Amino acid sequence: MEYILIVISAVFINNVVLAQYLGVCPFLGVSNKVNTALGMSGAVVFVIVLATMVTYLIQTYVLDKLGIGFMQTITFILVIAALVQMVEIVLKKISQPLYQALGIFLPLITTNCAVLGVAILVIKKEYNLLEGTVYGASIALGFGLALIILAGIREQLELVEVPKGMKGVPLSLVIAGILALAFMGFTGIVK
Amino acid sequence: MNQVKNFTKGFFKENPILVLVLGTCPTLATTSSALNGLGMGIATTFVLIGSNVVIALLSKLIPDKVRIPAFIVIIASFVTIVDLVMQAYVPALYETLGIFIPLIVVNCIVLGRAEAFASKNSVLSSFFDGLGMGLGFTMALGIMGSIRELLGNGSIFGYKFIAGDGILVFILAPGAFWVLGYLIALINRLKRT
Repeated sequence: MEYILIVISAVFINNVVLAQYLGVCPFLGVSNKVNTALGMSGAVVFVIVLATMVTYLIQTYVLDKLGIGFMQTITFILVIAALVQMVEIVLKKISQPLYQALGIFLPLITTNCAVLGVAILVIKKEYNLLEGTVYGASIALGFGLALIILAGIREQLELVEVPKGMKGVPLSLVIAGILALAFMGFTGIVK
Repeated sequence: MNQVKNFTKGFFKENPILVLVLGTCPTLATTSSALNGLGMGIATTFVLIGSNVVIALLSKLIPDKVRIPAFIVIIASFVTIVDLVMQAYVPALYETLGIFIPLIVVNCIVLGRAEAFASKNSVLSSFFDGLGMGLGFTMALGIMGSIRELLGNGSIFGYKFIAGDGILVFILAPGAFWVLGYLIALINRLKRT
Protein backbone atom coordinates (compact mmCIF):
# COMPACT_ATOMS: atom_id res chain seq x y z
CA MET A 1 0.00 0.00 0.00
CA GLU A 2 2.80 2.36 0.92
CA TYR A 3 4.37 1.81 -2.48
CA ILE A 4 1.11 2.52 -4.34
CA LEU A 5 0.88 5.82 -2.45
CA ILE A 6 4.44 6.71 -3.46
CA VAL A 7 3.63 5.95 -7.11
CA ILE A 8 0.37 7.92 -7.25
CA SER A 9 1.88 10.85 -5.40
CA ALA A 10 4.97 11.02 -7.64
CA VAL A 11 3.21 10.53 -10.97
CA PHE A 12 0.11 12.67 -10.54
CA ILE A 13 0.13 14.90 -7.47
CA ASN A 14 3.74 16.00 -7.31
CA ASN A 15 4.45 15.51 -11.00
CA VAL A 16 8.14 16.11 -11.53
CA VAL A 17 7.79 18.65 -14.33
CA LEU A 18 4.43 20.22 -13.69
CA ALA A 19 4.61 20.60 -9.91
CA GLN A 20 8.29 20.31 -8.95
CA TYR A 21 9.79 22.14 -11.94
CA LEU A 22 12.50 19.56 -12.59
CA GLY A 23 13.58 18.58 -16.10
CA VAL A 24 11.91 21.52 -17.81
CA CYS A 25 14.67 21.89 -20.47
CA PRO A 26 14.17 18.47 -22.13
CA PHE A 27 10.44 18.87 -21.49
CA LEU A 28 10.43 21.90 -23.79
CA GLY A 29 13.20 20.63 -26.07
CA VAL A 30 12.05 17.20 -27.21
CA SER A 31 8.29 17.61 -27.06
CA ASN A 32 7.64 18.48 -30.70
CA LYS A 33 6.91 14.91 -31.81
CA VAL A 34 5.25 12.03 -29.94
CA ASN A 35 7.84 9.53 -31.23
CA THR A 36 10.86 11.43 -29.91
CA ALA A 37 8.98 12.05 -26.67
CA LEU A 38 8.49 8.29 -26.28
CA GLY A 39 12.20 7.63 -26.88
CA MET A 40 13.26 10.29 -24.41
CA SER A 41 10.83 8.99 -21.76
CA GLY A 42 12.23 5.48 -22.15
CA ALA A 43 15.79 6.69 -21.75
CA VAL A 44 14.88 8.79 -18.70
CA VAL A 45 13.10 5.91 -16.94
CA PHE A 46 16.15 3.72 -17.54
CA VAL A 47 18.71 6.24 -16.29
CA ILE A 48 16.74 7.56 -13.30
CA VAL A 49 16.09 4.08 -11.89
CA LEU A 50 19.75 3.13 -12.25
CA ALA A 51 21.00 6.47 -10.93
CA THR A 52 18.78 6.47 -7.83
CA MET A 53 19.96 2.97 -6.89
CA VAL A 54 23.65 3.70 -7.42
CA THR A 55 23.63 7.11 -5.71
CA TYR A 56 21.67 5.67 -2.79
CA LEU A 57 24.25 2.93 -2.28
CA ILE A 58 27.10 5.43 -2.54
CA GLN A 59 25.46 7.77 -0.04
CA THR A 60 24.86 5.04 2.57
CA TYR A 61 28.03 2.99 2.16
CA VAL A 62 30.62 5.60 1.21
CA LEU A 63 29.64 9.18 2.05
CA ASP A 64 27.83 8.48 5.34
CA LYS A 65 30.42 5.92 6.47
CA LEU A 66 33.28 8.35 5.91
CA GLY A 67 31.31 11.35 7.21
CA ILE A 68 31.85 13.41 4.05
CA GLY A 69 28.24 14.30 3.28
CA PHE A 70 29.31 17.67 1.89
CA MET A 71 30.81 15.89 -1.13
CA GLN A 72 27.29 14.83 -2.16
CA THR A 73 26.82 17.24 -5.08
CA ILE A 74 30.21 16.54 -6.66
CA THR A 75 29.99 12.77 -6.24
CA PHE A 76 26.43 12.46 -7.50
CA ILE A 77 26.93 14.49 -10.66
CA LEU A 78 30.08 12.55 -11.54
CA VAL A 79 28.36 9.22 -10.87
CA ILE A 80 25.44 10.22 -13.07
CA ALA A 81 27.69 11.40 -15.89
CA ALA A 82 29.73 8.18 -15.73
CA LEU A 83 26.58 6.07 -15.52
CA VAL A 84 25.06 7.66 -18.60
CA GLN A 85 28.25 7.07 -20.53
CA MET A 86 28.36 3.45 -19.37
CA VAL A 87 24.73 2.79 -20.25
CA GLU A 88 25.45 4.14 -23.72
CA ILE A 89 28.44 1.83 -24.23
CA VAL A 90 26.67 -1.25 -22.82
CA LEU A 91 23.52 -0.66 -24.86
CA LYS A 92 25.58 -0.30 -28.01
CA LYS A 93 27.18 -3.71 -27.39
CA ILE A 94 24.15 -5.64 -26.13
CA SER A 95 21.10 -4.36 -27.92
CA GLN A 96 21.45 -2.53 -31.20
CA PRO A 97 17.71 -1.77 -31.64
CA LEU A 98 17.38 -0.37 -28.11
CA TYR A 99 20.49 1.72 -28.70
CA GLN A 100 19.01 3.06 -31.93
CA ALA A 101 15.83 4.01 -30.07
CA LEU A 102 17.38 5.59 -26.95
CA GLY A 103 20.95 6.33 -28.05
CA ILE A 104 20.67 9.92 -29.18
CA PHE A 105 18.82 10.93 -26.02
CA LEU A 106 21.34 9.51 -23.58
CA PRO A 107 23.97 12.30 -23.69
CA LEU A 108 21.20 14.85 -23.15
CA ILE A 109 20.18 13.18 -19.91
CA THR A 110 23.29 14.17 -17.94
CA THR A 111 22.05 17.75 -17.96
CA ASN A 112 18.49 16.74 -17.09
CA CYS A 113 18.14 18.14 -13.61
CA ALA A 114 15.43 15.60 -12.81
CA VAL A 115 18.08 12.85 -12.52
CA LEU A 116 20.25 14.67 -9.98
CA GLY A 117 17.13 16.12 -8.35
CA VAL A 118 15.59 12.71 -7.70
CA ALA A 119 18.88 11.32 -6.40
CA ILE A 120 19.07 14.14 -3.83
CA LEU A 121 15.35 13.97 -2.98
CA VAL A 122 15.55 10.25 -2.20
CA ILE A 123 18.29 10.96 0.36
CA LYS A 124 16.40 13.99 1.76
CA LYS A 125 13.16 12.01 2.19
CA GLU A 126 15.07 9.21 3.95
CA TYR A 127 13.63 6.42 1.83
CA ASN A 128 15.14 2.94 1.97
CA LEU A 129 16.58 1.36 -1.18
CA LEU A 130 13.32 -0.21 -2.42
CA GLU A 131 11.21 2.87 -1.66
CA GLY A 132 13.82 5.04 -3.32
CA THR A 133 13.84 2.92 -6.45
CA VAL A 134 10.04 2.89 -6.66
CA TYR A 135 10.03 6.66 -6.12
CA GLY A 136 12.63 7.15 -8.85
CA ALA A 137 10.74 4.97 -11.30
CA SER A 138 7.45 6.77 -10.66
CA ILE A 139 9.10 10.19 -10.99
CA ALA A 140 10.45 9.05 -14.36
CA LEU A 141 7.01 7.76 -15.38
CA GLY A 142 5.50 11.11 -14.41
CA PHE A 143 8.09 12.88 -16.54
CA GLY A 144 7.25 10.59 -19.48
CA LEU A 145 3.52 11.15 -19.03
CA ALA A 146 3.85 14.94 -19.02
CA LEU A 147 6.27 14.87 -21.97
CA ILE A 148 4.02 12.67 -24.11
CA ILE A 149 0.89 14.71 -23.34
CA LEU A 150 2.69 17.95 -24.28
CA ALA A 151 4.09 16.35 -27.46
CA GLY A 152 0.60 15.21 -28.48
CA ILE A 153 -0.81 18.70 -27.99
CA ARG A 154 2.09 20.35 -29.81
CA GLU A 155 1.71 18.03 -32.81
CA GLN A 156 -1.87 19.24 -33.19
CA LEU A 157 -0.92 22.88 -32.72
CA GLU A 158 1.52 22.72 -35.66
CA LEU A 159 -1.47 23.30 -37.91
CA VAL A 160 -2.77 26.33 -36.04
CA GLU A 161 -1.83 29.91 -36.85
CA VAL A 162 -0.44 31.66 -33.78
CA PRO A 163 1.04 35.13 -33.40
CA LYS A 164 4.71 35.06 -34.42
CA GLY A 165 6.09 35.97 -31.01
CA MET A 166 4.20 33.12 -29.37
CA LYS A 167 5.59 30.41 -31.63
CA GLY A 168 7.77 27.67 -30.14
CA VAL A 169 8.86 28.02 -26.52
CA PRO A 170 6.31 30.62 -25.29
CA LEU A 171 3.36 28.58 -26.59
CA SER A 172 4.76 25.38 -25.04
CA LEU A 173 5.15 27.17 -21.71
CA VAL A 174 1.57 28.42 -21.76
CA ILE A 175 0.30 24.90 -22.58
CA ALA A 176 2.49 23.51 -19.80
CA GLY A 177 0.86 26.01 -17.44
CA ILE A 178 -2.61 24.79 -18.39
CA LEU A 179 -1.44 21.17 -17.95
CA ALA A 180 -0.05 22.05 -14.52
CA LEU A 181 -3.44 23.53 -13.63
CA ALA A 182 -5.12 20.30 -14.74
CA PHE A 183 -2.70 18.20 -12.68
CA MET A 184 -3.46 20.34 -9.61
CA GLY A 185 -6.86 18.66 -9.72
CA PHE A 186 -5.22 15.49 -8.40
CA THR A 187 -4.26 17.24 -5.14
CA GLY A 188 -5.92 15.59 -2.19
CA ILE A 189 -6.21 12.06 -3.62
CA VAL A 190 -3.47 10.94 -1.26
CA LYS A 191 -3.09 12.52 2.13
CA MET B 1 35.47 48.69 -24.62
CA ASN B 2 35.53 44.98 -25.28
CA GLN B 3 35.07 44.21 -21.58
CA VAL B 4 32.03 46.47 -21.46
CA LYS B 5 30.54 44.40 -24.27
CA ASN B 6 31.34 41.14 -22.47
CA PHE B 7 29.60 42.55 -19.42
CA THR B 8 26.47 44.02 -20.98
CA LYS B 9 25.54 41.29 -23.47
CA GLY B 10 24.12 39.14 -20.67
CA PHE B 11 21.42 41.70 -19.88
CA PHE B 12 19.57 42.04 -23.16
CA LYS B 13 21.15 40.69 -26.32
CA GLU B 14 22.04 37.29 -24.88
CA ASN B 15 19.96 37.22 -21.72
CA PRO B 16 20.24 33.58 -20.62
CA ILE B 17 16.59 33.14 -19.69
CA LEU B 18 14.57 35.49 -21.83
CA VAL B 19 16.52 35.17 -25.09
CA LEU B 20 18.54 31.94 -24.96
CA VAL B 21 15.93 30.10 -22.80
CA LEU B 22 18.53 28.27 -20.70
CA GLY B 23 18.17 27.30 -17.08
CA THR B 24 14.39 27.26 -17.05
CA CYS B 25 14.06 24.90 -14.07
CA PRO B 26 15.41 27.23 -11.36
CA THR B 27 13.67 30.14 -13.09
CA LEU B 28 10.27 28.56 -12.69
CA ALA B 29 10.91 27.06 -9.28
CA THR B 30 12.45 29.92 -7.34
CA THR B 31 10.47 32.95 -8.53
CA SER B 32 7.43 32.54 -6.31
CA SER B 33 8.52 35.83 -4.74
CA ALA B 34 10.91 38.58 -5.82
CA LEU B 35 13.25 37.91 -2.89
CA ASN B 36 13.60 34.17 -3.61
CA GLY B 37 14.31 34.90 -7.27
CA LEU B 38 16.98 37.42 -6.34
CA GLY B 39 18.61 35.01 -3.87
CA MET B 40 18.81 32.26 -6.48
CA GLY B 41 20.17 34.74 -9.02
CA ILE B 42 22.97 35.89 -6.73
CA ALA B 43 23.94 32.30 -5.83
CA THR B 44 24.12 31.40 -9.52
CA THR B 45 26.11 34.57 -10.30
CA PHE B 46 28.72 33.60 -7.73
CA VAL B 47 29.07 30.11 -9.22
CA LEU B 48 29.23 31.53 -12.75
CA ILE B 49 32.00 34.01 -11.94
CA GLY B 50 33.99 31.45 -9.95
CA SER B 51 33.77 28.66 -12.50
CA ASN B 52 34.37 31.01 -15.44
CA VAL B 53 37.56 32.43 -13.87
CA VAL B 54 38.98 29.06 -12.79
CA ILE B 55 38.19 27.43 -16.11
CA ALA B 56 39.78 30.32 -18.02
CA LEU B 57 42.88 29.95 -15.82
CA LEU B 58 43.12 26.19 -16.35
CA SER B 59 41.91 25.97 -19.94
CA LYS B 60 45.44 25.38 -21.27
CA LEU B 61 46.09 22.58 -18.75
CA ILE B 62 42.88 20.59 -19.24
CA PRO B 63 43.13 18.03 -22.06
CA ASP B 64 40.41 18.51 -24.64
CA LYS B 65 38.97 15.00 -24.24
CA VAL B 66 38.19 15.24 -20.54
CA ARG B 67 37.21 18.91 -20.50
CA ILE B 68 33.49 18.38 -19.81
CA PRO B 69 34.01 16.21 -16.67
CA ALA B 70 36.72 18.63 -15.52
CA PHE B 71 34.38 21.60 -15.98
CA ILE B 72 31.66 19.77 -14.06
CA VAL B 73 33.98 19.09 -11.12
CA ILE B 74 35.03 22.77 -10.99
CA ILE B 75 31.40 23.93 -11.15
CA ALA B 76 30.33 21.38 -8.52
CA SER B 77 33.05 22.63 -6.16
CA PHE B 78 31.73 26.20 -6.35
CA VAL B 79 28.17 24.96 -5.90
CA THR B 80 29.25 23.11 -2.75
CA ILE B 81 30.82 26.33 -1.41
CA VAL B 82 27.61 28.29 -2.08
CA ASP B 83 25.56 25.48 -0.53
CA LEU B 84 27.55 25.47 2.71
CA VAL B 85 27.79 29.28 2.96
CA MET B 86 24.05 29.76 2.44
CA GLN B 87 23.23 27.03 4.94
CA ALA B 88 25.32 28.85 7.53
CA TYR B 89 24.37 32.50 6.96
CA VAL B 90 20.90 32.58 5.34
CA PRO B 91 19.21 29.42 6.60
CA ALA B 92 15.68 30.71 5.85
CA LEU B 93 16.44 31.36 2.18
CA TYR B 94 18.35 28.06 2.02
CA GLU B 95 15.24 26.24 3.23
CA THR B 96 12.98 27.87 0.61
CA LEU B 97 15.33 27.31 -2.31
CA GLY B 98 16.01 23.79 -1.02
CA ILE B 99 17.03 21.30 -3.67
CA PHE B 100 17.61 24.00 -6.28
CA ILE B 101 20.90 25.10 -4.68
CA PRO B 102 22.71 21.80 -5.43
CA LEU B 103 20.93 21.76 -8.79
CA ILE B 104 22.90 24.85 -9.92
CA VAL B 105 25.39 22.18 -11.04
CA VAL B 106 23.13 21.09 -13.87
CA ASN B 107 22.04 24.62 -14.78
CA CYS B 108 22.77 24.75 -18.51
CA ILE B 109 23.88 28.40 -18.26
CA VAL B 110 26.94 27.62 -16.14
CA LEU B 111 28.27 24.74 -18.23
CA GLY B 112 27.22 26.57 -21.39
CA ARG B 113 29.36 29.64 -20.55
CA ALA B 114 32.29 27.42 -19.52
CA GLU B 115 32.21 25.57 -22.82
CA ALA B 116 31.28 28.47 -25.12
CA PHE B 117 33.24 31.32 -23.54
CA ALA B 118 35.58 30.69 -20.60
CA SER B 119 37.53 27.84 -22.22
CA LYS B 120 38.45 30.10 -25.16
CA ASN B 121 38.94 33.54 -23.61
CA SER B 122 41.19 35.38 -21.17
CA VAL B 123 40.60 35.39 -17.42
CA LEU B 124 39.46 39.02 -17.34
CA SER B 125 37.01 38.59 -20.23
CA SER B 126 35.65 35.45 -18.59
CA PHE B 127 35.17 37.31 -15.31
CA PHE B 128 33.10 40.01 -16.99
CA ASP B 129 31.21 37.45 -19.03
CA GLY B 130 30.31 35.54 -15.87
CA LEU B 131 29.35 38.73 -14.03
CA GLY B 132 27.19 40.00 -16.90
CA MET B 133 25.49 36.67 -17.55
CA GLY B 134 24.91 36.14 -13.83
CA LEU B 135 23.42 39.60 -13.32
CA GLY B 136 21.30 39.18 -16.48
CA PHE B 137 20.02 35.94 -15.00
CA THR B 138 19.41 37.64 -11.65
CA MET B 139 17.57 40.50 -13.37
CA ALA B 140 15.28 38.12 -15.26
CA LEU B 141 14.58 36.17 -12.05
CA GLY B 142 13.89 39.42 -10.19
CA ILE B 143 11.45 40.60 -12.87
CA MET B 144 9.65 37.26 -12.93
CA GLY B 145 9.54 37.06 -9.16
CA SER B 146 8.15 40.61 -8.92
CA ILE B 147 5.41 39.91 -11.48
CA ARG B 148 4.39 36.67 -9.79
CA GLU B 149 4.47 38.16 -6.30
CA LEU B 150 2.48 41.22 -7.43
CA LEU B 151 -0.21 39.15 -9.14
CA GLY B 152 -0.27 36.39 -6.58
CA ASN B 153 0.06 38.32 -3.36
CA GLY B 154 -0.28 42.00 -4.24
CA SER B 155 3.23 42.78 -3.02
CA ILE B 156 6.83 43.15 -4.24
CA PHE B 157 9.70 42.22 -1.89
CA GLY B 158 7.10 41.84 0.84
CA TYR B 159 5.76 45.43 0.54
CA LYS B 160 2.05 45.28 -0.02
CA PHE B 161 0.73 47.43 -2.88
CA ILE B 162 -2.70 45.97 -3.40
CA ALA B 163 -5.01 45.04 -0.56
CA GLY B 164 -6.66 41.64 -0.60
CA ASP B 165 -5.55 38.13 -1.40
CA GLY B 166 -4.33 38.28 -4.98
CA ILE B 167 -4.55 35.54 -7.60
CA LEU B 168 -3.05 32.55 -5.82
CA VAL B 169 -2.47 30.54 -9.00
CA PHE B 170 0.40 32.85 -10.01
CA ILE B 171 2.44 31.75 -6.99
CA LEU B 172 1.78 28.10 -7.84
CA ALA B 173 3.22 26.08 -10.74
CA PRO B 174 0.79 27.09 -13.55
CA GLY B 175 1.49 30.79 -12.98
CA ALA B 176 5.24 30.17 -13.27
CA PHE B 177 4.83 28.63 -16.73
CA TRP B 178 2.47 31.37 -17.90
CA VAL B 179 4.52 34.34 -16.72
CA LEU B 180 7.71 32.97 -18.33
CA GLY B 181 5.83 32.08 -21.54
CA TYR B 182 4.34 35.55 -21.96
CA LEU B 183 7.60 37.27 -20.98
CA ILE B 184 9.50 35.41 -23.71
CA ALA B 185 6.69 36.16 -26.18
CA LEU B 186 6.97 39.85 -25.28
CA ILE B 187 10.75 39.82 -25.82
CA ASN B 188 10.25 38.07 -29.18
CA ARG B 189 7.78 40.77 -30.19
CA LEU B 190 10.14 43.58 -29.13
CA LYS B 191 13.08 41.99 -30.93
CA ARG B 192 11.27 41.98 -34.25
CA THR B 193 10.52 45.70 -34.31
